[in-house]
Amino acid sequence: MSDPALPVQAPETETAPRRMVLNMGPQHPSTHGVLRLILELDGENIQKADLDIGYLHTGIEKQCETLTYQQAVTLTDRVDYLANLSNNLCYCLAVEKLLGLEIPPLAQWMRVMLTELTRISSHLVWLGTHAIDIGAMSVFLYCFREREDLLRIFEMFSGQRMMTSYFRIGGLALEPPRGWHRPVKQFLDAFPSKVDEYEDLLTNNPIWLRRTKGVGYLSLEDMLDLGVTGPMLRAAGLKWDIRKAEPYSSYEKFDFEIPTRTESDVYARYQVRVEEMRQSARIARQALEGMPSGPWVADAPHVVLPDREKMKTEMEALIYHFKIVTEGFRVPPGEVYQVIESPRGELGYYVVSDGTSRPYRVHIHGPSFGNLQATPRMIEGALVADVIAALGSMDFVLGDVDR
Amino acid sequence: MLPEALVQHDTARALDSALPGAIRNGKWDRGELTLEVAPERIVEVCRFLKQERQFVRLSDVTAVDWYPQEPRFEVVYHLHSLERNERLRLKCRLPDRDPEVDSVTAVWRSANWYEREVYDLFGIRFRNHPDLRRILMPEDWEGHPLRKDYPVHGYKYSYGEQ
Repeated sequence: MSDPALPVQAPETETAPRRMVLNMGPQHPSTHGVLRLILELDGENIQKADLDIGYLHTGIEKQCETLTYQQAVTLTDRVDYLANLSNNLCYCLAVEKLLGLEIPPLAQWMRVMLTELTRISSHLVWLGTHAIDIGAMSVFLYCFREREDLLRIFEMFSGQRMMTSYFRIGGLALEPPRGWHRPVKQFLDAFPSKVDEYEDLLTNNPIWLRRTKGVGYLSLEDMLDLGVTGPMLRAAGLKWDIRKAEPYSSYEKFDFEIPTRTESDVYARYQVRVEEMRQSARIARQALEGMPSGPWVADAPHVVLPDREKMKTEMEALIYHFKIVTEGFRVPPGEVYQVIESPRGELGYYVVSDGTSRPYRVHIHGPSFGNLQATPRMIEGALVADVIAALGSMDFVLGDVDR
Repeated sequence: MLPEALVQHDTARALDSALPGAIRNGKWDRGELTLEVAPERIVEVCRFLKQERQFVRLSDVTAVDWYPQEPRFEVVYHLHSLERNERLRLKCRLPDRDPEVDSVTAVWRSANWYEREVYDLFGIRFRNHPDLRRILMPEDWEGHPLRKDYPVHGYKYSYGEQ
């Protein structure tokens, strides 16, 4: 009976009360993937929580070392599969920093617009599943209705609904499709009223309030010490957003607010994320309206594949094409730690180059990894029923935790 | 020894004057500051940086395997100061035989999982770590997958050859 996988009764002694070890996951629906929690219970109270992760470990960091820099972009999609474009962006920014590449404004703005749409789509999945965990079924259907529109937009740009790989080192993978403005504009016009609909269902719903207010509290000091980032910190009153603090991809040109709350409970995190969706729509609209014109890839023939037409007429273009396709481009030696604000928090890519065309080391610091580490602190002493709400409020993605 | 180029840098200078000899090397490259720290003094350095230089967040811990060079491993710490909006990279170089370094969990609790991950994937041990177990790989796994001498497809499965 030493295997904690089975619910066992701890031996009863005269001094210690009887405790039960409860195994939650890895198939429990509220763990959103394959997370396993080993809870030690005294009645309904959690005395001790231990987390078991790694069920989704796919060795992405190791595989990156075997691919060329450009090929590795396609692996970054699979890290955080709900915020693919954020991961594409972070990796591309890191390698571009190593290369010292200048990215044209159109590509930068397009990146901003699409990562903000990604943030909305990621938050929609979070809101839908979080609500369904707590028992509000209909919100899920509403959220996935809007997410479908977003996935169609991603498909229109990249040909893929989820594993987009649309950002490449040097700019974008493809020229933005003709008429892309229309669906994006349609979505952004309709979206604020859709957020109102979600809020109508939840914000003042007495059941929702009872299940979320005062639940899953963590102090700001604990969170900073335990490595928590993103909306959870903002729900504890810290006005820190990497888009403002260390702007990348021309975020400094956009006007938006950082929503904060001070209660640091599940409800405050809900409020912060809902407000973030509105702010993201605002940024995306600014990008849509002010989208600059010009090239969509950098002027760097040694990195970016040449135009198909040029290859037929120009010798250099043909040579570059051959070099990039067969060998890949070489990246000067060095190391870079690039961070961006992903929907879940601070996403960091540490890329080390040894001067060849394949990364020597790629380390992905997923925000979910740091956030999840705070779980025991958050749920120890709480009730079993609140675990579901507390876990949901963290918005982790196991692909991002296990890589 | 603090390199000439870093004398201008506040954090590097403060660290060097408070704990002389702790910094072995360093560089300022692509807007990022890297300091190489003597492995036996890493906890001392981290505590100083957290308390005196407001690096309240440990953003990340990872490692790089420079096989077959010696010293083989680099443990890399990324620190972040919210107050001054500053990031800093610390490095410790460790040998191939018994790579071991002191744990910084006493300074930042977040180091717990980060160091477990490095232990799991690189086989670098952290002294005084409260719970040094594998985290991503199964408990009975043999070898450390992110080492450069570990095959990409692992030892267990080989396709196409008998």
